[in-house]
Amino acid sequence: MDDTFLLALSTLAATIRMATPLIFCAMAGIFSERSGVIDIGLEGKMLAAAFAAAVVAAETGSPFIALGAAVVVATLLSLVHGYACITHRGDQVVSGVAINIVAAGLTVVLGHAWFGRGGNTPDLTPDQRLMPIKLPGADTLIEIPFIGPIYYHIISGHSLLTYVAIAIVPLVWFVLYRTRFGLRLRAAGEAPAVVDTAGIPVLRLRYMAVMIAGLLCGIAGTFLSISMNATFQKEMTAGRGFIALAAMIFGKWRPWPAFFACLLFGFLDAIAIRLQGVALPGIGHVPVPLIQALPYLFTVVLLAGFIGKAVAPKALGYPYIKER
Amino acid sequence: MTAAASNGAPPPAIELVGINKRFGSVQANRDVSLRVEKGTIHGIIGENGAGKSTLMSIVYGFYEADSGEIRIDGQKVNIRSSAAAIAAGIGMVHQHFMLVESFTVLENVMLGAEGGAMLKEGASKARTELLRLGTEFGLTVDPDARVGDLPVGDQQRVEILKALFRHCSILILDEPTGVLTPQETDQLFRILAALKARGVTVLLITHKLKEVLAITDHVTVMRGGEVVADRRTADTNANELAELMVGRKVRLELEKTPAAIRAVELAVDALSLVDERGVTRLHDISFNLHAGEIVGIAGVSGNGQSELLETLAGIRTPSRGSIRLRDTVISADSPSDPAAMRALGLAHVPEDRHRLGIVTGFPAWESAVLGYQRDPKLGGRFLLNRNAMTGRCEELMQGFDVRPLQPQLGSSKFSGGNQQKLILAREMACQPRVLLVGQPTRGVDIGAIEFIHREIVALRDRGVAILLVSVELDEILALADRVLVMNQGRIVGEIAGKDADERQLGLMMTGSAEQQRAAS
Repeated sequence: MDDTFLLALSTLAATIRMATPLIFCAMAGIFSERSGVIDIGLEGKMLAAAFAAAVVAAETGSPFIALGAAVVVATLLSLVHGYACITHRGDQVVSGVAINIVAAGLTVVLGHAWFGRGGNTPDLTPDQRLMPIKLPGADTLIEIPFIGPIYYHIISGHSLLTYVAIAIVPLVWFVLYRTRFGLRLRAAGEAPAVVDTAGIPVLRLRYMAVMIAGLLCGIAGTFLSISMNATFQKEMTAGRGFIALAAMIFGKWRPWPAFFACLLFGFLDAIAIRLQGVALPGIGHVPVPLIQALPYLFTVVLLAGFIGKAVAPKALGYPYIKER
Repeated sequence: MTAAASNGAPPPAIELVGINKRFGSVQANRDVSLRVEKGTIHGIIGENGAGKSTLMSIVYGFYEADSGEIRIDGQKVNIRSSAAAIAAGIGMVHQHFMLVESFTVLENVMLGAEGGAMLKEGASKARTELLRLGTEFGLTVDPDARVGDLPVGDQQRVEILKALFRHCSILILDEPTGVLTPQETDQLFRILAALKARGVTVLLITHKLKEVLAITDHVTVMRGGEVVADRRTADTNANELAELMVGRKVRLELEKTPAAIRAVELAVDALSLVDERGVTRLHDISFNLHAGEIVGIAGVSGNGQSELLETLAGIRTPSRGSIRLRDTVISADSPSDPAAMRALGLAHVPEDRHRLGIVTGFPAWESAVLGYQRDPKLGGRFLLNRNAMTGRCEELMQGFDVRPLQPQLGSSKFSGGNQQKLILAREMACQPRVLLVGQPTRGVDIGAIEFIHREIVALRDRGVAILLVSVELDEILALADRVLVMNQGRIVGEIAGKDADERQLGLMMTGSAEQQRAAS
């Protein structure tokens, strides 16, 4: 009984951990896409940021300078995306794919050139990383039955960035629905011509939106390489940017539903980790690759079967052309 | 003029002096000068391409004029953006409403004039202001309704409210009545009169002569990018204005003999249509269409007319009921398709010519054979004979006076009227027994309207059964021998064409039982 309880707790804790980068990326996607710019480059921006964070952490020893560097790199990439699709009205999907390819290639090439460790960056020591934080009283409160362990395992013991991820969801909601900026941003994604005739520059709004998306992807990448892991490995994002994109669509471009979708995908990830090496009754050992494929398979099933009518922002994917 | 100014008379609310604008080789505005007195309603009329919209786009800051000057209250202003136009007190109600459909009325009104970085404070002020404007001008709209859920008349009110909320002193309306019922038009005109009474200057861009005569104080006529006339409305009439617009004599009245009705060609029996979302679009529609008559379907846009046309044309399959076209019965159990319907002698001129009528990316000679490409004369089943197709296109263009007479020209390069003439020519050329026509003159110039109407009547006189769907009541009244009125997917009334009048049809179109009683 106790074992099952602890197992459940650690699975839920892993869920939150696995969901953290997804939450940042899904919120990034919401900003960008609500303004009318498809952001298929979440993956690439996160990967580049993860690389930048790991390199800078290894060189400077400061995880916070690393975070800053990662945010700068991801934001620059989002500006490239913006320049291609907002200023020059390029195809948003093509530009996003290009960013993913460039990030995947460049991180490996630079990693080889600089460190020669098969694309990995140097291993980081704990003080160079963002380590799990033990919340006050976790050690004493653990004695309290039931609530104590929940507090110890699930509430406490996460990276600073995980707490930031959870705090950012209500913030995104507030910005989108309760501020002037949010109103204009949503309008730009629905009907940019209306925004323009109201005397508001559409292109500037969209640039701001993609830059916020870059910033959030930067945090996501930092979490991957210097918090969840202690090094950068090539292609370490492993499709998380796309899963976040799926979570965003699953959540119909709204922050709270997208957040819960991220938790769901995080949970699938956590289960996949838990199932490795476990013999299931009647099935026996499930091959590891199959288990690792589970979250992706579920993503496909969920998106295909349960999404209902997802109404995307009306102007999503269309560059705004002023001349009529 | 200068004498009046020195006498202390107020300067004009807006004055345009020598505006020129060129797009590539097209001179869209040539030396346009215009004076609009404060607190008047000023009409600007002209055909498509006459330069009205370009001119208003310059005033509202979408385009910059190549040369010329805009003066507001006697002061020269530079309007380089919509923001500058709004700041100068200019409000605009666009032909295609500039509203975010998924937003509420309040959010739409606030967008761009939020009154602070946080919405909360501005929202309560905006709400109070909306109520005040609503009572002052008779512009009541629920501030919390989703704009997409509102009828078009209300959406237009939201547009006017947006302008008033920004304290506009000059309101420009671009073709505001195109989407309204006669009743909604009356309401709009009452609102405009109320605005005028409170000193707002109104510019009304339209091609409907009747409206210009009904409500404006002055009227400016544009043709080919130039101002061709300026009249006090009281000193002019519809015939003069039409002539000025088109540049030649136009017969506004269509001459038509009584219909010689023959056998039933198309019988529709208890036809119902449920769309893919489960919404019932057509309820129990029954009527007969005879050879030699034009039956007009009147109704506010979006009340099932489009679905009716598409079902009759074989594009959609009826859910219940049947369509009998000569000896063939089409129903849910024995569906049809457009090619089969065409083979049975039913031709269709679709409402939305860009979506269903032509392929805008094709040259005219390809668009001119769409649907008839298997004609053996054009090459047959597998191959297409380009010379034959070009020849066919040229014949059609000659027969219907399509200009320019260039089969190689891209379909999108023709004006709306000429595209429509090409489609009509294509559909009429196959000697149909039944012709379905949707919005034949939407976005078409007066001159071309006259031509298209005459062709439709000529076809009727040759014994073709014609079903005409139009949201333009004038068109229905001019052409139809019998009028069916549709409301919410039902046929709610039938009147003989000669007995119908606009008011009565309008009441039936809005569909309340009481109004129907009043009408009957």
